[in-house]
Amino acid sequence: MKVIETKNLNKVYSGVVDVHAVNNVDLVIEAGEFTAVVGPSGSGKTTLLNMVGGLDRATSGKIYVGGEDITQLSNNQLIDFRLRNIGFVFQSYNLIPVLTARENVEFVMLLQKRSKAERAARVKELMAAVGLEERMKNRPGQLSGGQQQRVAVARALASKPRFVLADEPTANLDSVSTATLLDIMAELNQKENTTFLFSTHDQRVIDRARRVITLEDGKIVSDERR
Amino acid sequence: MQLIRIAWRNIWRSRVRSLVVILAVALGLWAGVFMLAFSWGINSQRMQNIIETKISHVQVHAPEFRDEKEVGKFISETQSQQLLGDLSADERVKAVASRLVLTGMAQSPRAGLGVQINAIAPEAEAALTQLPERLIAGKYLEKDGRAMRILIGAKLMEKLGLTKEEGDSTIYGIRKSVVLKFQDTQGQTQGVKFKVQGVFKSQDSRFDASNVYVRMDDLAQYAGVGEGRHQIALLFNDPQTAEDSTYLQALRAEHADLEIENWKEIAPDLKLVDESFSVTVTIFMSVILLALLFGIVNTMMMAILERTRELGMLMAVGMNRARVFGMIMLETFFLTMVGAPIGLLAAYGSVSYFGNVGIDISAFAEGTAQFGVSSVVYTSLESGYYLQITLMVAVTALIAAIFPARRALRLNPAEAVRAI
Repeated sequence: MKVIETKNLNKVYSGVVDVHAVNNVDLVIEAGEFTAVVGPSGSGKTTLLNMVGGLDRATSGKIYVGGEDITQLSNNQLIDFRLRNIGFVFQSYNLIPVLTARENVEFVMLLQKRSKAERAARVKELMAAVGLEERMKNRPGQLSGGQQQRVAVARALASKPRFVLADEPTANLDSVSTATLLDIMAELNQKENTTFLFSTHDQRVIDRARRVITLEDGKIVSDERR
Repeated sequence: MQLIRIAWRNIWRSRVRSLVVILAVALGLWAGVFMLAFSWGINSQRMQNIIETKISHVQVHAPEFRDEKEVGKFISETQSQQLLGDLSADERVKAVASRLVLTGMAQSPRAGLGVQINAIAPEAEAALTQLPERLIAGKYLEKDGRAMRILIGAKLMEKLGLTKEEGDSTIYGIRKSVVLKFQDTQGQTQGVKFKVQGVFKSQDSRFDASNVYVRMDDLAQYAGVGEGRHQIALLFNDPQTAEDSTYLQALRAEHADLEIENWKEIAPDLKLVDESFSVTVTIFMSVILLALLFGIVNTMMMAILERTRELGMLMAVGMNRARVFGMIMLETFFLTMVGAPIGLLAAYGSVSYFGNVGIDISAFAEGTAQFGVSSVVYTSLESGYYLQITLMVAVTALIAAIFPARRALRLNPAEAVRAI
């Protein structure tokens, strides 16, 4: 089942010189895939993920998520779309520092107006999955970088999204934390059939991906399935 | 609830910065409220002093007397007796007295000065204006005491050259002679000699420099008004009665040929001070709050700048614009409203304290006395003004919140999440 499909997707940044960040990209991501988008800096990885995630507008082309063309959505509809469909993991974790780990994971579900019981059960389940059951009451400042990124993964999955977009998720982590995080994401990918789409430079992530899409100058130059 | 929790916790993220803003709000409000209470204390004491010692709550005159001060325009004996009888029997009336009021000159061997001559019934006047309490030398007038005695203001005594300095003290010339000159109802100038029986000093040195009191019986015969009266003044038990239009209308209807005016009509300057105070509060507090507003906006703008990435994340994960706006509004509101009760409580405490013990401004007493202001000021502010100021602070908080909240909304989540 197609989770994401792009057709002739383009993104041009206008300026003194126009920059074609994403150039006629046709891409299909199926449910349950564990895909890495790789390429040198400026190749368009982040721009592609931002457009697929509804954070940025395409200059032309179509993006279908679960069959719905998100390029036609208004800004407010896009916000709602992101809330219902996408989990985000950012390079710098971006947890809310004034909330505990539990509250950070619960936050998106509150925006979705899930019941208290449902929230509590899901938080417990995810915190166990990322191995941080004992750190639920800690605030981000009391956690290591790796632990914070695991909380961010739990937060991304809390809303049961169609897919998770992870932008350089391991860029700030040491090798042990990276390995742990990748183990957790791989396990959640298999256990919950969650689709993961990464942008990365990290060879350790690339090694674990089951599909690797390589971008150069905004174009897909290779698409390797393993 | 989660938004409130986040907003509340967010204001404590930069503890020192928030405390500085909270302290600024508290101090600003305290200073503003205290200054207003001080100002109102001066004004209300001045008003009370003028009402209780000079103009009373209501005055009754013959038509046009107050404008022209003509000795011949007096309330007839019949009318004044009836009115005095009616008012004395009225439970709402605390005290009532009648007077003859003449414009004339006081002449001593050394000087002659223009004065207002108040011819009074001593006992009634004492009940109405507590005149005996303001005596600083000599004795008060007695109903059956010696004739042709006069009470003179301390400042006037000085100007008439009826004082002498001995060391640090002033000796007033009790029993010295003063001649009062005035016109009678026939237009003839009368000169009547009085002996100083007492010297009074009020909180208004200008009043003391231009007023004398004599007994009605001593003056009436020379003025040619018989048992007529120029003025009947009264005080109510409840000051609000003076502003009760129904009461005043009834009184005026009953005595249609007399001019009956309350203190606000007699002294429009006092009315202006009284009625414009809420405008003063609004303007004064607006200036203070405007200054605070810039501080609050600046602080919140800095907070938004520092949290760009976090705000980008919130928008990325699906927090809609209304919620982002609401969260920043709440933070700004909390930041302001934490300081507000501290400032208002401190102000209430200090206003209450100095409302009891007073603030001694005797170092400036010479100047303040010219305006009828006491040398000890008792701060006071009606509770309604605290509510008005609280509402103004709340409005300021909301206005201050708009700018940072709008700034937050303008963030592009895709760029914000990667901001350094």
